[in-house]
Amino acid sequence: MPDDMNQIKGGVHQAVAHDSAARHVSGSAIYVDDIPEPRDLLHAYMGMSDRAHARIKKLDLSEVEAAPGVVSVLSARDIVGENDISPAHTKDEPVFAAEVTEFVGQPLFVVGAETRDQARRAARLAKVDYAELPAITDLDAALAKKATVAPPQELKRGNAAAAIEAAPHRLSGRIRTGGQEHFYLEGQIAMALPGEGDEMRVFSSTQHPSEVQQSVARVLGLADNMVTVETRRMGGAFGGKESQPSLFATVAAMVARDAGRPAKIRPDRDDDMIMTGKRHDFIIDYEVGFDNAGRILGVDYKLASNCGYSADLSAAINGRALFHLDNCYYLPAARMKALPLKTNRPSNTAFRGFGGPQGMAAGERVIDEIAFALGLDPLEVRKRNLYGVGERNETPYGQIVEDNVIPEIIGELEKSADYAARRREIAGFNEKSPYLKKGIALTPVKFGIAFTARHLNQAGALVHVYTDGSIHLNHGGTEMGQGLMTKVAQVVAEEFQVDLEHVVVSAARTDKVPNTSPTAASSGSDLNGKAAQLAARQIKDRLTAFAAEHYEVSADSIEFLPNRVRVGNQEIPFPDLVQQAYMARISLSAAGFYKTPKIHFDFETGQGRPFFYYAYGAAVSEVTIDTLTGEYRVDRVDILHDVGRSLNPALDLGQIEGGFIQGMGWVTSEELVWSDDGRLLTHAPSTYKIPTCGDRPRDFRINLLEGAANREDTIYASKAVGEPPLMLALSVLHALSDAVASVGRHKTCPRLDLPATPEVILAAVARVRGEAQDD
Amino acid sequence: MRNSIKFLLGSEPRELSGIDPTLTVLDYLQQIERRTGTKEGCCEGDCGACTIVVGTPDGDRLQYRAVNACIMLAASLDGCQLLTVEELAGADGKLHPVQQAMVAAHGSQCGFCTPGFVMSLFALYQETDTAPEVEDVNDALAGNLCRCTGYGPIITAARTMHDLADGPDKFEQGIKTTLEALRSLADEETIHIQGPDGRVLYAPASLDALADLLAEHPDATLVAGATDVGLWITKALKKLDTVIWLGRIAALRGVRETDAGLEIGAMTTYSDAAAAIAALYPDFGEVIRRIGSVPLRNVGTIGGNIANGSPIGDTLPPLIAAGATLILRRGGTRRSLKLENFFIGYGKQDLKAGEFVESVILPRPAPDTRLYCYKISKRFDQDISAVLGAFSLKITDGKVEAARIAYGGMAATPKRASATEAALVGKAWTRETVEQAVESLRKDFTPLDDMRASAQYRMQVAGNLLLKTWLESQSDGADGLETRIMPTRETANA
Ligand SMILES: Cc1cc2nc3c(=O)[nH]c(=O)nc-3n(C[C@H](O)[C@H](O)[C@H](O)COP(=O)(O)OP(=O)(O)OC[C@H]3O[C@@H](n4cnc5c(N)ncnc54)[C@H](O)[C@@H]3O)c2cc1C
Ligand code: FES
Ligand code: FES
Repeated sequence: MPDDMNQIKGGVHQAVAHDSAARHVSGSAIYVDDIPEPRDLLHAYMGMSDRAHARIKKLDLSEVEAAPGVVSVLSARDIVGENDISPAHTKDEPVFAAEVTEFVGQPLFVVGAETRDQARRAARLAKVDYAELPAITDLDAALAKKATVAPPQELKRGNAAAAIEAAPHRLSGRIRTGGQEHFYLEGQIAMALPGEGDEMRVFSSTQHPSEVQQSVARVLGLADNMVTVETRRMGGAFGGKESQPSLFATVAAMVARDAGRPAKIRPDRDDDMIMTGKRHDFIIDYEVGFDNAGRILGVDYKLASNCGYSADLSAAINGRALFHLDNCYYLPAARMKALPLKTNRPSNTAFRGFGGPQGMAAGERVIDEIAFALGLDPLEVRKRNLYGVGERNETPYGQIVEDNVIPEIIGELEKSADYAARRREIAGFNEKSPYLKKGIALTPVKFGIAFTARHLNQAGALVHVYTDGSIHLNHGGTEMGQGLMTKVAQVVAEEFQVDLEHVVVSAARTDKVPNTSPTAASSGSDLNGKAAQLAARQIKDRLTAFAAEHYEVSADSIEFLPNRVRVGNQEIPFPDLVQQAYMARISLSAAGFYKTPKIHFDFETGQGRPFFYYAYGAAVSEVTIDTLTGEYRVDRVDILHDVGRSLNPALDLGQIEGGFIQGMGWVTSEELVWSDDGRLLTHAPSTYKIPTCGDRPRDFRINLLEGAANREDTIYASKAVGEPPLMLALSVLHALSDAVASVGRHKTCPRLDLPATPEVILAAVARVRGEAQDD
Repeated sequence: MRNSIKFLLGSEPRELSGIDPTLTVLDYLQQIERRTGTKEGCCEGDCGACTIVVGTPDGDRLQYRAVNACIMLAASLDGCQLLTVEELAGADGKLHPVQQAMVAAHGSQCGFCTPGFVMSLFALYQETDTAPEVEDVNDALAGNLCRCTGYGPIITAARTMHDLADGPDKFEQGIKTTLEALRSLADEETIHIQGPDGRVLYAPASLDALADLLAEHPDATLVAGATDVGLWITKALKKLDTVIWLGRIAALRGVRETDAGLEIGAMTTYSDAAAAIAALYPDFGEVIRRIGSVPLRNVGTIGGNIANGSPIGDTLPPLIAAGATLILRRGGTRRSLKLENFFIGYGKQDLKAGEFVESVILPRPAPDTRLYCYKISKRFDQDISAVLGAFSLKITDGKVEAARIAYGGMAATPKRASATEAALVGKAWTRETVEQAVESLRKDFTPLDDMRASAQYRMQVAGNLLLKTWLESQSDGADGLETRIMPTRETANA
């Protein structure tokens, strides 16, 4: 039998290439800016506030209007609908500042001109009269002020204060985690085309077409059904295109509606970085009580996050930070509080991990502190605190950790990475090497999968089978590089048992699948894969019923074999059966709908089951630092990660490696620097340094946990993989910490804040060395 | 006079006249050709999404070099073959081995960086016959940022692309035709482009023509590699009235051996200067290897780095420490001065109206003298220095006989550490001497304080680098101890 009779090409669990790979490498993959420009296209550009907090006394746009090529100039007073694009409709995020500007870079107006160059130049000609107001430009100031953008949150288990008080050992400290710019390679962009009557069609680089649709409709004063949003692919997103694209789509639509011409907006990279939100920076204070073995008895965390000027998604991000303070560790008694603080900065937003990394960084710091306090290997302390299997398994928010594989992962990784021997070798190296020092660390990850906002855990898909047997697939998920389209198409191919090439994926469109959730929270394939499966199964069921009737056989004698269907004793090519079904007037199109089961959470009590399941992983990193300059390199990284039964191992490995390196950037070189008056100073890749090729660990070994089918009923027993691997990079931070600690004979916890730039490392070396000399 | 620029787009001849003198190659591709494969990620030479490859005749072969389209003047395509990602596949749609390797290795996720990587890899493919070493791949790709993949699959693609070749690619096959076509474009005319609103671009083909033009237009903006000027255009939105592009003047390019040392023409790119400099001063070679990235070094020039006079210009401290002399020309007159005297203040150089940098003379190392250089930056590759220290020391019989020390990032200009030098010369070359000399750095410098590093960090590192110099002079690697996070590469192949 030929191969394609035994197994379809491109079914689930196969390492097939990204559906757009050949187009990517040829430059023929179409992003919003590449769509052939319609006739009469206008180019829009925004004018921005130059003050962190000020009353706008006068906005004089006369020179903007008079500039060459300018067709349309619009500001807050030109908004017909509501001047609000806040994702949760909290009405705290205007398209344009009307009376008060709340951050440097806040949009004040938009100009539409014949060319982008003209629009960009014109946007610089506004004359704004400001009356400055007191500004809160950093997190320390915000912590003093305590103004919030959302209510404080708290999770509690037992009596933490009493447990800490009664513990044999106690310590407290503070960790700062820096913000992070998404640096999606394709910047924000949108193009709006006015249609008949009130219709508006928008091409947007967004993770959340439905939200863009709603924002555009709200600002233009239209019903949602007048606006259609389409997203074929994004050139990267990472959370930065979850709520941020609304602004760009909205202003493009405003210009389009005003001028009655299509309009496109694409900000320059610097402006994109200045205008849009980033990962929240946090200050986390901790106090922990522990026993002689290093077991945590009680812990108290106080989180302060820099949310920027508006709520955006900050409430959920603070929630997820709280949910991940425990990471893999059992906390018998805990009190955790989060303050979502307001600052005069762009509104910080979703970023891969969504607060989880910040919480986890604090959790791991506490472990490190305990290890130093007791003179133990941090790995030993980690292991002693892990969630148990069948015991010590309740999280501070009441969810039982039922699928714990972390002891197994750590055990395997410790062995395969040769942790113990390498730790000894490193100690030997450090003895001999006076200025270069090495460090090693193993850190685990447990990441909760599901949107913590329950209603978002739903998805729809649309599957059409055409009469030639080719299949068209559409779903609410968006493609940002993660390979979602490929994975979901694999699911559909698997259902129908046809080669993947017969399934064509199409752009996410709000008029095909409505009311979609953002493609976020790592849930893209979990949700859309299931929805597509359910759609496909309906058609399959109809085909089965038809075949049974038509060929007068029982339904259970019908089987979908690779590229054909067995009906009784005969095998019929799939397209033939489809054609027959069509002739018999069988519907060959279906919509599938899925909602994640089992999840519930009571925000009042802070208890419930917010997550469907957990994804796990662990990494060992080894680094070398230069104690004269603070420079470092990552020598080797070993990762073992749990993706359940992988839907596509190639794509999953890509997510793990990419997520790790992105996380490594967050903990090392990616430093956002702001001036005292609230200006972002690192607003371009010349000053904001994401990892390059050479920063990749010299020796990098990634493995998927074998035989790890998801215990919950997920799509083909796979697990989500988008976010969890980012947090594996905490192992780099801890390896750096280990290397720094060596200059003080491992007596002092280096307490590295992140990002641990060379400057931070050098300062820590001086401090640790100083403290070692003192005692 | 010629009123147009001529080049090949792939194999098709193109002639542009009347263009805006500051039109970039990226805007030309996207707006005039409507070729969208070449992406814009930053418009400042830092992300590589816009990487294209430019072919220039080099004897009977073509030299293919990756460059950044976003900050390159379209006029500088004159006489070149321009290759974009759309050119690589065969007429039958068959992917080039570089593209096949990227697909096979899962080298793209969102795909937005991918055309740029493909072009950088294509240039590397043309330069190598077998799988390049990982270090060489890292170097070739340092200018291409990818936010999705973590780079591993792309490195794999680089290491396997040669395996997928089936014979010479179409570019190699067509080399004769291409060379002929390019040769037919070459002439010795001054190019004169009359752009919109009276703005003009000149591209003279000889030194004399340049001298004359500059005499006529003393406030013209000279453009070398445009790695600084390009950003004035794309970021500051400067409209330059009169642009003189220096790229056609052969006499300004290249490194010549003279009695005084290496004479490096102002228009010599970092890539072209690297090997000769590294041969004399390996550490200086490594500094050049770490300037920007390959595409940047393929166009950025030594003369531009000097004329720009930035306090963080990387070639300046090593040149000063090595005792370089600058040759300036204005009309028919030349003058020379010690390089350190050229930098007067922040953004202020001793360059008269109508004067230009012709060359710089880098002396050979004196006997018993070694030049140590260290570039310290937040990120190792493709980053601007926080501090760059260059230490030229002559040690005889354990004594410091001569010292020339210069730092970047420590003052408003690249500057010699005179007090520190004085604290060393004549003393025993010991740790104590070094530790004392470090104290003098405070007299010499008030470091910059900015988003790259604090003044305090810079001062501390400046001192530690002198200590590192001493340490390295003591060990010379004989004890097998590493002294640097990344050892100096043996061949600084820029
Ligand atoms: C992405 C990126 C990374 C970079 N990384 C580094 C780095 O690591 N280290 C570093 O030092 N620099 C770096 N730079 C800065 C830049 O490469 C240098 O300053 C470069 O040397 C300028 O050379 P150029 O040929 O491009 O000059 P241009 O931009 O063409 O010109 C620069 C200035 O010099 C003048 N000029 C040029 N040639 C002459 C001449 N012959 N006579 C008189 N005036 C002249 C011009 O008028 C202009 O004022 C980087 C730049 C970018 C964009
Ligand atoms: S667009 Fe980033 S280097 Fe050109
Ligand atoms: S694949 Fe997305 S940036 Fe490289």
